[in-house]
Amino acid sequence: MPNINEIANSAKDNAEKLGIKKFDIYGSTVDDTSVQVDQGEPKQVKASNRSGVTVRVWNEDNTMGVTSTTDVDPKGLELALKTASEASFFGVKENVPDFSPEATAPIANKPQDKTPQAPVAELIERLLVAEKELLAAHPAIKGVPYNGLSQRDIDRFYLNSDGAVRTESHSLASVYLYSKTEEEGKKPRSAGAFRINHSLNNLDINGCIKETADKTISHLNYEKIKTGKYRVVFSPEAFLSLLGGFSNLFNAQSILDNQSLSTADDLGKEIASPLLSVFDDALHPANVGAESFDGEGTPTRQVSLIENGVLKSFLHSAGTAKRFNTQPTGNASIGAKVSVSPNFYHVFSTANPEEELSLETAENVIFIDDLQALHAGVKALQGSFSLPFDGWLVNKGVRTSIESATVAGDFLEVLKSIIYVEKEPELTPGGVCPKIWVNELSITGE
Amino acid sequence: MLTSTLLLSNQLPTLQYSSTPERFDETWEAPLATLLGLGRAAGADFIELFLERRNYISCLAEDDSITSISPSLSTGAGVRVFRGKADCYVSTNDLSFSGLKAALEKGLSILGLQLPTPKAFIPEINLELLRDYATKRGKDAWLPVCSSIREMGEVLLDGTANLKQKASHVQSRRATYFRDWQEVLIAASDGTFARDIRLTQSVGFNLLCADGVNRASIGERAGNTSDANFLRTWDSQQAAEKIAESAGKMLYADYVESGTYPIIMANHFGGVIFHEACGHLLETTQIERNTTPFADKKGEKIAHESLTAWDEGRSENAFGTIDMDDEGMPAQRTLLIEKGVLKNFLADRTGSARTGHPRTGSGRRQNYTFAAASRMRNTYIDSGEYSIDDLFTSVDKGIYCKKMGGGSVGATGQFNFSVDEAYLIENGKITKPLKGAILIGEAKEIMNKISMCSQDLEIAPGFCGSVSGSIYTTVGQPHIKVDSITVGGR
Repeated sequence: MPNINEIANSAKDNAEKLGIKKFDIYGSTVDDTSVQVDQGEPKQVKASNRSGVTVRVWNEDNTMGVTSTTDVDPKGLELALKTASEASFFGVKENVPDFSPEATAPIANKPQDKTPQAPVAELIERLLVAEKELLAAHPAIKGVPYNGLSQRDIDRFYLNSDGAVRTESHSLASVYLYSKTEEEGKKPRSAGAFRINHSLNNLDINGCIKETADKTISHLNYEKIKTGKYRVVFSPEAFLSLLGGFSNLFNAQSILDNQSLSTADDLGKEIASPLLSVFDDALHPANVGAESFDGEGTPTRQVSLIENGVLKSFLHSAGTAKRFNTQPTGNASIGAKVSVSPNFYHVFSTANPEEELSLETAENVIFIDDLQALHAGVKALQGSFSLPFDGWLVNKGVRTSIESATVAGDFLEVLKSIIYVEKEPELTPGGVCPKIWVNELSITGE
Repeated sequence: MLTSTLLLSNQLPTLQYSSTPERFDETWEAPLATLLGLGRAAGADFIELFLERRNYISCLAEDDSITSISPSLSTGAGVRVFRGKADCYVSTNDLSFSGLKAALEKGLSILGLQLPTPKAFIPEINLELLRDYATKRGKDAWLPVCSSIREMGEVLLDGTANLKQKASHVQSRRATYFRDWQEVLIAASDGTFARDIRLTQSVGFNLLCADGVNRASIGERAGNTSDANFLRTWDSQQAAEKIAESAGKMLYADYVESGTYPIIMANHFGGVIFHEACGHLLETTQIERNTTPFADKKGEKIAHESLTAWDEGRSENAFGTIDMDDEGMPAQRTLLIEKGVLKNFLADRTGSARTGHPRTGSGRRQNYTFAAASRMRNTYIDSGEYSIDDLFTSVDKGIYCKKMGGGSVGATGQFNFSVDEAYLIENGKITKPLKGAILIGEAKEIMNKISMCSQDLEIAPGFCGSVSGSIYTTVGQPHIKVDSITVGGR
């Protein structure tokens, strides 16, 4: 891939040739390698070095067009600029996206540079060891059907015709393991875990093996559960999955589009239990994939969404911020219609609960570890959900795996029904969060 | 001739190829054959090159405005190298000879293979005469015939105007369209050399209705492969009427009472039950991972005798239609289940090699960044012998699942899918609308409970996500009765 200066110069030359005075470009290049193994043998190695850019062009009537391309040589950029220029004549005439006012603001906290990639043979060897240890963890574990160890280098940039230029690079390594059991006369059971870090050497593969084994083994003795209303404890990952499914609550663009459970007037209202606080915090120290600017070049930051149950602010692009008379928050993606999404959730509590709750002492609560099929079971615009889950019935610390069940409810009611936010946070791919206790939800079993 | 049995390894840097840059045609034969020979000389057992060019555009209308037009252009290639049981897949954006060679070299080195010495001969790979499905079927003419940006906008705005007219309590109206034009070229060391163009289009509505307390959101989508005039023939008025009626009924629907029920599932997108509960489990990818209960059941009864199911690539204009798969094999019609007996699995090249099941032209991938895997195409339960009345009169209390949402299947064969539009059946009659239902079950159990199929087979477009990315597929079935299934609700 050409470097940032070559792309910038080529874009400027082509823009001038095409009579384009105003444009911006966001792009990235990803160099990654991943391996899979199967029963002691390497299964597939994947490697790619791919790049892509999105160009936006404003014409003399100030309407905007966009084009994405994977071809970033001068000829490819010329075609992209030309296509975007043609599309600009069909762009919106009201609330036209514009450069972020913060695209040239200084960035204080820049993520670390890349770390050297390990040889593929080392990736395979480490994953083979992980598979072997997992298979040895219990006689019932017969396979690790889904597994992968990958490392990735990412370079990102944003530039515009007003002189903004931003670049950053970082490295990531991740592992996932998903094991499956087989026992005579019993249904197969499965569970998995995931870890991520900046480099392979710092990746907690052993922790991933242990978590996968513990979870899988804990599901061996399963029972059906009776349909009814139960007190429910969401694991950090399960709660963040649900929060992510209803992220339109905080999305300023969704609110403007009438596609949200919130309205602009909801700021300052209590929408959740006073026990709950939620930040979107791209720069949280635990966020190993932290990005310092968004698709419009706006610096990322900590945004308070819910504080002690009160809705405090929304996530903004440059365009939504202008319409709400506030500042962009570093959550935008470049596009014809700029979309907004969360970066990294931080869920916590600063309030004092009425009582301390614990899975060691609670009676007959459902501990939901993993929610499934969110793409199908979350009705984000209606606020409702009905989802299969993996979890346990917990009675005074004794866990019994639940064979097959669903949990259903209304997300706004869930937020109000939170009775306890545990203190110990856990890192998940989507953010940092402790276990969350909800007073009562509908569980369908038998 | 640019490839020759006399070609030496050290001559590679001096070769000058002049492939047509804007089209995958015969001019690509020489460089690709040379690269395949180079891979074989290095010791690879098999090499495949997949080249792709894509021209995509999407358009969004919200209420009475066009709010997004997003063109996307991409080119890329994937090189797959096999050595013994292991394989390596390397993708790149660089389609030049040197770019493809660099990707091949990376794949070879990952598998521990060395490039041949400078004086080593590069074996000649004799590719077949280009099997050009695009030229044969006049597909090169498709792209210019497709709707212009202006026409896309006009059709979608007509659509949202129709929604405004037909629906009540409207909070937001959306019409979406995309056109995905894809040209592919596949060359492999077994002599495969084939080209195709695919044109996939989809248009649909999303409607959100709210009355202050109740909310209902519902979507409807039409899809097509191979008809450049598709958008012009879309009946947005009829689609708007249909979705407005569904949203109106669901706005005041009660939540479903959870439990175990007999259900009747409508035709069309109802076919997602077979897709999730069985189709995925008949892919050789699942046999390789030991995640299907049907792995050793070929020739055995795995479903109710009323059930016959197909997966095929050639239904005229259907969303999952392909003339050849992404490994260059002509698509075929594959009988999966005949009167309850498992007849065939869906196999790609690797799946076939690793499981022994014959290839079925089912090697598919989202794009050049994915290696092909065994995937469904147009998959449906065949028509049965019953009338729809027969199905309803057999149910005392159950649920009519008229419109399905998405679903998934896990590593243990447990599946789930949501119901967007449902009704209570009492004494064989529909009595009231229901919302919030999700169906869960296990493939092995549910396949024996599909006991009645009516005569009204209809198919519907869908998107399927799996190991080789998101691809266009068709689901389908007639109305079917499932004797009992767990329904999650409140």
